[in-house]
Amino acid sequence: MFATYQFPTYSYQPSSDQSSADPVCHAVVVIGAGPVGMALAVDLAQHGQAVVVLDDNNTVSVGSRAVCYGKRFLDISDRLGVGQRAVDKGVTWNLGRVFFEEDQIYTFDMLPEQHHRRPAFINLQQYYMEEYYVDRISELDLVDLRWKNKLIALEELADGVLLTVDTPDGEYQIKADYLVACDGAGSVTRQLCGLESRGQIFQDHFLIADVVMEPKRFPPERWFWFNPPFHEGQSTLLHRQADNVWRIDFDLGWGADIEEEKKPENIIPRVKKFLGDDVDFELEWASIYTFTCRRMEQFIHNRIIFAGDAAHQVSPFGARGANSGLEDADNLAWKLVHQLRGSAGPGLLDSYAAEREFAADENILNSTRSTDFITPKNAASRALRDAVLELARDYTFARPLINSGRLSVPALLTQSPLNTPDSDHFDSKVVPGAPCTDGAVRRDGEQDYLLSQLGNRFVALLFADQPSEITAELLQQAAVLNKVDVPVETLVVASNQHDWQLFTALPVVIDHLAVVAQRLDGRAGTSYLIRPDQLVAGRSRHFDADQLQAMQRRALGFNLQE
Amino acid sequence: MALITTANIVRPDDFFAALTDLHRELTPAQSEAVNAKLILLLANHIGDNAVLAEAMAIAAEQSD
Repeated sequence: MFATYQFPTYSYQPSSDQSSADPVCHAVVVIGAGPVGMALAVDLAQHGQAVVVLDDNNTVSVGSRAVCYGKRFLDISDRLGVGQRAVDKGVTWNLGRVFFEEDQIYTFDMLPEQHHRRPAFINLQQYYMEEYYVDRISELDLVDLRWKNKLIALEELADGVLLTVDTPDGEYQIKADYLVACDGAGSVTRQLCGLESRGQIFQDHFLIADVVMEPKRFPPERWFWFNPPFHEGQSTLLHRQADNVWRIDFDLGWGADIEEEKKPENIIPRVKKFLGDDVDFELEWASIYTFTCRRMEQFIHNRIIFAGDAAHQVSPFGARGANSGLEDADNLAWKLVHQLRGSAGPGLLDSYAAEREFAADENILNSTRSTDFITPKNAASRALRDAVLELARDYTFARPLINSGRLSVPALLTQSPLNTPDSDHFDSKVVPGAPCTDGAVRRDGEQDYLLSQLGNRFVALLFADQPSEITAELLQQAAVLNKVDVPVETLVVASNQHDWQLFTALPVVIDHLAVVAQRLDGRAGTSYLIRPDQLVAGRSRHFDADQLQAMQRRALGFNLQE
Repeated sequence: MALITTANIVRPDDFFAALTDLHRELTPAQSEAVNAKLILLLANHIGDNAVLAEAMAIAAEQSD
């Protein structure tokens, strides 16, 4: 079907559940094998939690859909065993350029810091990302991924959900303690529940065309044009993906004749006008879309939990769909595991909704503002927008006002009930509720990165200069933390390589470039408690088992303040 | 700092004449563009979101 990609076919395999007299009960059933549902399944399995995933199709996403995956998506995917493949195949980029008419007026660098494992963004067609997640799942016995299994009815029970599933062999029923709907913007689960996602529909049409061409004319960057000579009065976005496939996104306006614009004989001249007559290209895929920014009022309804586009939807400018969806999965997995094992506090599972509803609002706000800048809604907005663009050529003050999409960065969950507010002063942006920073470190003499050392458990980072600072009393405290109901592993972040070679009492990473200490404002004695999703739960200038344990109890949803 | 709403322009007649002269030869569309740029330049000079919000609120309220 595509010149550059062969779609895999995943075969339907009957499950023994289908011949059971009574519905078989599963702890977690996920609806939808897109990036969000599969990431959640991998995460649960890595925690030792079995999960069933149902998908109504038997292949990956057709058409390229999500394109830009941000650093946080990649960091999470690293933890889930998919990151390296995605980065190897994807096109790495950090720089965005904005043009107005014929002039470049603004550039932005998404990752001004050095020494992170992952770049600000990679571009990769969604089908590749899904294929890598399917392959990862095939390595995990705890994930039961069932293709051609379509959810057609559900009934809420006191302690779970009864699902009716249609397959090529007919219908069957299963029971789930928790059902997680990751079935996209048109979520069938949401419809079956009689629930709605509400928000704003934008009156605009966009044409997206994926074309194959040699990468001679454009570097791997995000290029955005306002009112370019080849597409007057509108905007255009260009992105490079894997396999020399380029995504071109033309704003067509609300009055466009969709049926006409969809025809290849109309798309090809439009692309030719943009690229010039001398560029050879092949049209691989095209689609016309409008978009909405909306979300469900609540992401949790008793035993049914919504994640990704099923729960919230944004316009594509900003790459906030797949990126925020994966953050949902990352946020939910460990909480669901503790909920099922009885180690969660009363507020833990609900904090998924609190944290991710907040993040969805931030994404919707940013996405709406970008859309309003790109396609002004009235004459006054257009005059102000055009004034910004015209001034930006010569006056730097206007450049930060240009909004061609504020690209996805993870939400800072500073208001989360799971955070322990600072009681000591820190000069660091990595506040409680923020994802822990990355930074190059050495472990056992090998080059590594901090995030790779954190895994999916609670970790207490302890900054130290000399091994003599790790007293017997401190080791005792670390031992206590490692023996609580949900263990906390202490990881020493040491500033000096030479003195630590013989120290084996605790795991040590050497912060040889001092980037971790600088980014976290760490100095000898400073501690950070990191959650299983690698967010900062709390921090202190001391390493104190009682204090860290209190932080952890709170991060597990106990003793939450109203 | 709060928005100054008492007289603060040194030579008021000179300023107002300059402001209206700016638009003398312009079409309404050109005037709209000039005004938009003027607002952006002045807003950047002020810089303080609270002061700008106060000015916007008064402008809206006085145009009801």
